Amino acid sequence: MSNEGVDTSRRRFLTAATSVVGAVGVGAALVPFISSMNPSARAQAAGAPVDADIGKLEPGALMTVEWRGKPIWIVNRTKQNLEDLPKNDPRLKDPKSDVSSQQPEYCVNEYRSIKREYLVLIGICTHLGCSPTYRPQIAPEDLGPDWLGGWLCPCHGSRFDLAGRVFDGVPAPTNLVVPPYRYVTDTHIRVGEDQGAA
Amino acid sequence: MSRMQTFVGWIDARFPMSKLWKEHLSEYYAPKNFNFWYFFGSLALLVLVNQIVTGIFLTMNYKPDSHLAFASVEYIMRDVSWGWLIRYMHSTGASAFFVVVYLHMFRGLIYGSFRKPRELVWIFGMLIYVALMAEAFMGYLLPWGQMSYWGAQVIISLFGAIPYIGDGLAQWIRGDFVVSDATLNRFFAFHVIALPLVLLGLVVAHIIALHEVGSNNPDGVEIKKNKGDNGIPKDGIPFHPYYTVKDIVGVVVFLMFFSVVMFFFPEMGGFFLEANNFIPADPLKTPPHIAPLWYFTPFYAILRAVPNKPLGVLAMGVSIVVMFFLPWLDRSPVKSIRYRGPIFKGALALFVISFFGLAYLGMQPPTPLLTNLARVFSAIYFGFFFLMPWYTKIDKTKPVPERVTFK
Repeated sequence: MSNEGVDTSRRRFLTAATSVVGAVGVGAALVPFISSMNPSARAQAAGAPVDADIGKLEPGALMTVEWRGKPIWIVNRTKQNLEDLPKNDPRLKDPKSDVSSQQPEYCVNEYRSIKREYLVLIGICTHLGCSPTYRPQIAPEDLGPDWLGGWLCPCHGSRFDLAGRVFDGVPAPTNLVVPPYRYVTDTHIRVGEDQGAA
Repeated sequence: MSRMQTFVGWIDARFPMSKLWKEHLSEYYAPKNFNFWYFFGSLALLVLVNQIVTGIFLTMNYKPDSHLAFASVEYIMRDVSWGWLIRYMHSTGASAFFVVVYLHMFRGLIYGSFRKPRELVWIFGMLIYVALMAEAFMGYLLPWGQMSYWGAQVIISLFGAIPYIGDGLAQWIRGDFVVSDATLNRFFAFHVIALPLVLLGLVVAHIIALHEVGSNNPDGVEIKKNKGDNGIPKDGIPFHPYYTVKDIVGVVVFLMFFSVVMFFFPEMGGFFLEANNFIPADPLKTPPHIAPLWYFTPFYAILRAVPNKPLGVLAMGVSIVVMFFLPWLDRSPVKSIRYRGPIFKGALALFVISFFGLAYLGMQPPTPLLTNLARVFSAIYFGFFFLMPWYTKIDKTKPVPERVTFK
């Protein structure tokens, strides 16, 4: 084959144009495959609210219900627990719940709850997603004399107080999340629906 | 010409069979002074074949469904003929893979096999190592035990630490808002199809790159600089039959150790199969103590040592990525540890101690004392790499001989 009389700039343009079209085609073909890995319509629909009966929850006790595949903790805090909470403030990253993504607006208060005693939390550590262990004891040997009850994450040692607030110097960046919830009756909580919603 | 020669000739005219055989086996000249450390490359290949073959047979009875997975593994263990053996070959093989790969990498480290002109051999090897970690991690989810579940939860959450795109990325990997059936199903697809294909491709690239530049040796001498009149390196011997036969000895010894573990200690006291993984996955309850399998624990300890989520994830990522740059971090005029000075030997000893130290700490529950210890070891780990350009330059070296030696 001879290259005589060939318009090379034209040939170069055609080669480049063909390659670009090919690359765009490959890129477009990737879209459905990549999106197919996102949560499916079924996974997105599964998220109905769940109800919890807290009538029999004794002071100091914790119960767990499942909502959207995650553990939801409900704790009935004792009077002592509530009095102890402010003592932790100087050692916390976000004592005033300033990070708005971590709780609904109606739970931005000293106790991070609607009713003082009943704390509702998503039981997933904000570090890497383990479920922390409930350690309500005061000053147990392994957690030190300053421990006033709370949660210890078994995976990386993050610590949270009895309002789900994270301590300084642990890997978790933010407080535990308070899910949207409301009281249907005095002893009946619905997790997954905001207060004021029907 | 005999009939056989005619037949081979017929093939060679259509496919370079004899050419490939010569290039990679009978006329691939490897240094004659290989020692014990040179068994682990071929052993890694052996374990890869073991994983693929046993894996194929496991998929015949395994069910990648969150309701059926745990029971199907127990079904393999109890009801499938020889199922227990095939599964233990696979689970022991996974740990054995990391044992031989770590020894293989250490060999490269002490003899400078990553140095010019073998940078790409090293980089392909590192890619194999990363693919192997992904393969092991995804495979560990499949039995759907407590450790499978919570291990996956933690590792996928690592991606959530990336600013801005993190949460969406973690969700995209899981295919759900939590680790679920969707996650199990796709990890099965990656574990049995996607990653094995990638691994095989990388192994081929690793070997082609190696055979292009030729093998290093315990003296770090380039045998191609000293060729005889026939154009063959004076210190080279054909890979086949010399090293194929030598490797068979290695294989026999390796299989003895492998069999002892597989038949008598398949759980290896919790190192190869963790006790909590014999409990079905429970999304509501993390086991009181979770730790990854032993081959991930050094990096896990580094992650835990940093009291900040994105920085901890970054440190862990860097601890692996930094190894890719080894060929450019080492500025020593010599390759092999035999001719290096006391500073490098000291640094290497500290590195080995910190690697084992981190591996141990990654298995322990995080107490303040152990976390501080992990910080010291992490500092040594990173110091080994980041200070390398400096300490390898000022280190004393011994003269390197012209030809390879036997020690």
